[in-house]
Amino acid sequence: MTLTKVKKEIEIIQTGKNTLTVMISGDVIGRNVESSLNVLRDLLQSEIKKISFKEENLKNWDSSLVLLVYEIKCLCAENNIGCDISDLPHNLQDLIALAFAVDRKPTRGSGDDLSAVEKVGKGTLDLWRKVANVLDFIGSVCRGIGRAITFRSVMRKIDLWSALEDCGPKAIGIVCLISFLVGLILAFVGAVQLQTFGAQIYVASLVTIGMCRIMGAIMVGIIMAGRTGSSYAASIGTMQVNEELDALQTMGLSRVDFLVLPRLFSMLIAMPLLTMIADFAGILGGAFIGIFMMDLPCQEYWKYAFNSFHLNNFLVGTFHGFCFGIIIALCGCYSGLTCGRNADSVGKATTQSVVCAIVWMIVVTGIITLICQELNI
Amino acid sequence: MSKDAVIEAKNLTVGYGDYVLLRNADYQVNRGDVFIIMGGSGCGKSSMLRVLTGLIRPLKGTVIINGTDITSAEESEVQKIREKSGILYQSGALFSSMTLAENIMLPLQQYSDYSPETIRELANLKLALVGLKGFDDFYPSEISGGMKKRAGLARALALDPDIVYFDEPSAGLDPISSRNLDDLILEINRSLGTTIVVVTHELSSIFAIGNNSIFLDAQSKSIMARGNPNELLKNPPNEEVYKFLTRGGER
Repeated sequence: MTLTKVKKEIEIIQTGKNTLTVMISGDVIGRNVESSLNVLRDLLQSEIKKISFKEENLKNWDSSLVLLVYEIKCLCAENNIGCDISDLPHNLQDLIALAFAVDRKPTRGSGDDLSAVEKVGKGTLDLWRKVANVLDFIGSVCRGIGRAITFRSVMRKIDLWSALEDCGPKAIGIVCLISFLVGLILAFVGAVQLQTFGAQIYVASLVTIGMCRIMGAIMVGIIMAGRTGSSYAASIGTMQVNEELDALQTMGLSRVDFLVLPRLFSMLIAMPLLTMIADFAGILGGAFIGIFMMDLPCQEYWKYAFNSFHLNNFLVGTFHGFCFGIIIALCGCYSGLTCGRNADSVGKATTQSVVCAIVWMIVVTGIITLICQELNI
Repeated sequence: MSKDAVIEAKNLTVGYGDYVLLRNADYQVNRGDVFIIMGGSGCGKSSMLRVLTGLIRPLKGTVIINGTDITSAEESEVQKIREKSGILYQSGALFSSMTLAENIMLPLQQYSDYSPETIRELANLKLALVGLKGFDDFYPSEISGGMKKRAGLARALALDPDIVYFDEPSAGLDPISSRNLDDLILEINRSLGTTIVVVTHELSSIFAIGNNSIFLDAQSKSIMARGNPNELLKNPPNEEVYKFLTRGGER
């Protein structure tokens, strides 16, 4: 008795009280299998003890037929039903045998089936481990600096020059452009309010103090975190993927001396200088708006700008740049050194370096501002 | 092109810019062959594979795959050829941000009309075929190198290809995993009738699976020998081939 024809090539027939036969014929190419399986699942509710496959004029077939036979065999195994595929082509039988010849069982590390309390405990331990790793890294860097000062470091001068060139001269263009535009925006925003009191000449003071005190350093920090810090994380992370970090370790070379110190020292030198350049570029941007857009007298503008230029502000801004340099270099290098061993991890390390650097720059800015407030600087 | 030929290379010159790796190579791969491209380091085996898969164009000559000359065809035509080919790269080249099942589902989602449920089941079937049943939700970083190769093979088989290319399949594998992979290649070749092209210099694999081969020579930049590797071992046409097939000659 024919029970159903799911597709014209696949026919399910009840050949005995407890026996079903799946007839397969013609071309079975690109078939979805759910409908056939649903029909069979319904039929298995009754007293079926055996399912047999018969082929009649089977011509072309692809993975969809293999999948159908495989799924039906799995279904039979689940329901303790016999399944006979001996009438199917030999190569199809071989494939089914191959699919069932599992040579290993999947096992994963612990962590998937933890209780809520265990998860909290594990999370706390992981957090502590991360903090310990960061402190260990900072300690290693301090020891590396000590070695460098006493000329015992394996840091190569060529690496320092190359890193310095990358984060110094090559970054000046973008730093100047962005700082000029920030000075310009600062002047525009200030001018709108100051004009209402007829005090537009104070735009010069606003821009000069703003750029020198903090804005120059902040802008350089953000640019360098995105430009250089991320490149540190990506290049060191790629070295991890290529096992270059392992090679360094097995050769007994300090990763900190070899990879971190050149980058750290170059940032320490470049960042304060870039901050100074950014300050002046920002003041120029403000002057452009004041002189050319607001028609302030040129001499008057520069007089007010010069009067507002205090060495204290300038040095505080430069000190910010110095601190940001340390943060960017350490965040970039740490993210690279702790990177996983695949392409995805390099992406994550890069993101982590930029996010960490920006967050820590804001935190450090807050701390420096508080200290300056207390010291009346 | 003969009736049985799946790949036919004519007068093929392979290289990069002015640097020539191989000159005027002619060979043919027949349907159902396990075809080995062998030779020493730097002879152009991997570059040849890149030419066959349409990743680079040869400096000269033609490569006809299933009747289409991929050296002069439009990119869309080459893409159609690629859809009927699978490639297993040296490292498996699995996408690390995707699970094994997602890696296999990707070409099926792009190029087949199967329903999402069938695609998922097909991915599980392909994993089962390469001995990785139950590993569908594992990420590549969670499995060993040998398992990555198997998963890479499952992805290469996703679209029921006519031809599967293998780039150094034994590289980095222990002898047992290497032997298992060889068995798997033979089983796929036998069960599915898939034409297999293998780039390798692993002698045990060459003799175990190859039924046709070419031997590329870096010095003469040409095909130095061709035929069944076991026959070439019995009757080596020259000293270089003999040395290669006997690991430097008898000692």
